[in-house]
Amino acid sequence: MQIRPILSALRRHRLAAMLIGLEIALACAVLCNACFLIANRVRDMHIQSGVDEASLASLTISGYEDRQSVDVNARVTAGLRAIPGVQSVSVLNSIPFGERRGSMGITTDAEGLHRGGVIEFYLGGPGSAEALGFHLVAGRALQAEDYQSFSGLMPSFAPVLVTRELAEHLWPGEDPLGKSIWSKPLHYQVVGVIDRLVVPAPALWGAGTGGWSAFLPAQPGPGLSGSYLIKAAPADIRRVLRDARETIAKVAPDAVLDLQGTQTIGDLRESFFQQDRTMTGILVAVIASLLLVTALGIVGLASFWVQQRRKQIGIRRAIGATRQDILSYFQTENFLIVSGGILVGMVLAFGLNLALMKFYELPRLPLYYLPMGAVSLWLLGQLAVLGPALRAAAVPPVVATRSV
Amino acid sequence: MFGYYLELAWRGLRRNSVLTALMVLAIAVGIGASMTTLTVMHLLSGDPLPGRSGSLFYAQVDTDPSPEQRKQPLDKLDYPTAMDILNAHLADRQTVVVDSAVKLRAPDASLPPLMPSMLSTTADFFPMFDVPFQYGGPWRAEDDDKHARVAVISADLNARLFQGANSVGRTLRLRDTDVRIVGVLAPWRPSPQFYTVAGGRFAAGKTADFYSKPQDVFTPFTSGLEINDGNFYQFTCWLPPSTPGHLQNAPCVWLGVWVQLNSPAKVTAFKRFLDGYAAEQHALGRVVRPQNTRLRSLMEWLDFNGVVPSDVRLQTWLAFAFLAICLFNTIGLLLAKFLRRSGEIGVRRALGASRAAIFAQCLVEAGMVGLLGGVGGLLLTLLGLWVVRGQPVAFADLAYLDGRMFLLTFALAIATSLIAGVLPAARASRVAPGLQLKTL
Repeated sequence: MQIRPILSALRRHRLAAMLIGLEIALACAVLCNACFLIANRVRDMHIQSGVDEASLASLTISGYEDRQSVDVNARVTAGLRAIPGVQSVSVLNSIPFGERRGSMGITTDAEGLHRGGVIEFYLGGPGSAEALGFHLVAGRALQAEDYQSFSGLMPSFAPVLVTRELAEHLWPGEDPLGKSIWSKPLHYQVVGVIDRLVVPAPALWGAGTGGWSAFLPAQPGPGLSGSYLIKAAPADIRRVLRDARETIAKVAPDAVLDLQGTQTIGDLRESFFQQDRTMTGILVAVIASLLLVTALGIVGLASFWVQQRRKQIGIRRAIGATRQDILSYFQTENFLIVSGGILVGMVLAFGLNLALMKFYELPRLPLYYLPMGAVSLWLLGQLAVLGPALRAAAVPPVVATRSV
Repeated sequence: MFGYYLELAWRGLRRNSVLTALMVLAIAVGIGASMTTLTVMHLLSGDPLPGRSGSLFYAQVDTDPSPEQRKQPLDKLDYPTAMDILNAHLADRQTVVVDSAVKLRAPDASLPPLMPSMLSTTADFFPMFDVPFQYGGPWRAEDDDKHARVAVISADLNARLFQGANSVGRTLRLRDTDVRIVGVLAPWRPSPQFYTVAGGRFAAGKTADFYSKPQDVFTPFTSGLEINDGNFYQFTCWLPPSTPGHLQNAPCVWLGVWVQLNSPAKVTAFKRFLDGYAAEQHALGRVVRPQNTRLRSLMEWLDFNGVVPSDVRLQTWLAFAFLAICLFNTIGLLLAKFLRRSGEIGVRRALGASRAAIFAQCLVEAGMVGLLGGVGGLLLTLLGLWVVRGQPVAFADLAYLDGRMFLLTFALAIATSLIAGVLPAARASRVAPGLQLKTL
């Protein structure tokens, strides 16, 4: 293929070629970054919770007095346990992807000097640890006597289970067992390490903090009531939750059911990531329309060029060029223009990523997105130009003899 | 002449209907996407109290005794500080706000108990923030001092409990206390719900909830604290509160204080008062960083909290990048369209049309594409806003097109197509008549 004649022909169509090139460049920049944004959102949405999501539901009530809480807890747990299909009912303050009631800044020393960031304390009554279904990877399981009653917001001293991620963050490379977590004057001692337990609102405190959770055993009471974890077989969980709503009206007629906080963990997860899903949809739509518009632009200009050069094509055909020659001429021309666009586009993509990093705390665009974007635009360009190029190849040599 | 150009443009557009449709579609989709996101942006980033916001200020004093350096004071105030600022009565108006969920029953209505959000504030809140009333009015300042059991309710709650009738004088049961309704608000939907905004910088851009509807029940601050004692949530604490939910003597920040200052001199004076107060408390040992006070105006406070959700901003950027691509596309297509008619242009030039005339004719044609694209864009914008309204976000119900954005849609469409038209039109007007006539 001879590139020199194509280049010199392009020089006569500088403006149009530049326009297509710029369009490709912008498309390349947006495409790479939009794909990267999608990948980030999808990764966020697929965060592992570490709990048995399919068989858990949360039920929340409010509108009763603190002094009634022991009584309410007893009535509600007894009532819910009587529902056929319920495997367990326990009291748990925070719920994965639901309400966040145990976020606290912690330190790793009693003086409060070594900050450990804000972590989530899942404060749970007997049975809740088993219901959540997380796996213990080190240390001991919680015993009945670990669940002590307390007053105030949080127990002042208790054994605690921490996630592997949190332990790695607080004491990198050390054995976390026996270490202490402080939030002056509260003091908790690590007795076990769990595989994974997601915080209720992952990504709120920044990337990499989604697993900074601890499980704190306590006896239900005024500081731990009104929020229940129901476990049932995955097939039963929706029906059980429906029945549970009716049960509440009977066993705690004075309390107000919080519909937002009364959902299966699966549904809570759905609504927690609703925004991300919408955003992913928008990004996909933008990419699709962007590629479509770019392709149409290429088709439009290429058709124009084919029409404008009919006579020249005819002449070339008359003096011996094959259809294949004409076809590959237009394909090469398109490849050159698109390549120019991609070159500028990569720089633009990088700049756009820098802006996104600054304003949206996005990580750096991995370099492999650039060749991926380039290949898709090359393909798009070749596809778009194929129609006009085939029409050009179909120009009969006899055109050359007319009206010269 | 303009009429003649319009006719020519119309003929030109019809001659190549596929190409025309492509251009119109590209502009329409670009405009639709940009205007949908721009409308949402405009609704979310606007001034909730135009004309007034400049005289409203949010007071902050850093009362956290932790020794480390803090660049910003905490977003809310503890009880003693809020009361000291309020009781100084140095501003033209001052108020304190705190919201809490409260159990509500209406003895007259046969509804199960509700848990609406209640705002406890002072009488100044209503005139300060221009809150409209449908029936009755705000409580009086002495009701605040007397811990009066009165309440103002929202239009929504009034519709729910009393079918929208005048409910002034009727009774509501808040938790265990009966309160008398003294006022019913007219529909009021500030965007955002600015007076409770706080903590935006810790929200990682997920700030859609700042745009939720105002509370359903408003009670005097003093009464609210008694009625719903034990159910107040702290913004943050430096030590755990001894009685959760009762924060008057707790080491926690949980109150927002707003002041109205009608002149720049008063703003300076009030800032000096805050600094003086912090210095005095520093001398008493309660405040560690006395220089860390702030008096931000309403818009500064919203800005500081980054109230516009980052996703919305991202969508706007995306839409405009997309519009730019559509613009390049249209330039290319218009260029093809005009140059394809080089012969015709050559004839016109040969017959005496000036370059300016050719240029004008081409621009009219481009403008017409823009107008058609604008109509399509408007329809797509309405569709886009309808989709936004269907989303489960707090600001969904706000997403309507107003007159200004309606006009902007057309302005943007025509501007886009004219910008797109300039280059091709200039190129077309430089067509050499002789060369073209020869090839005819």
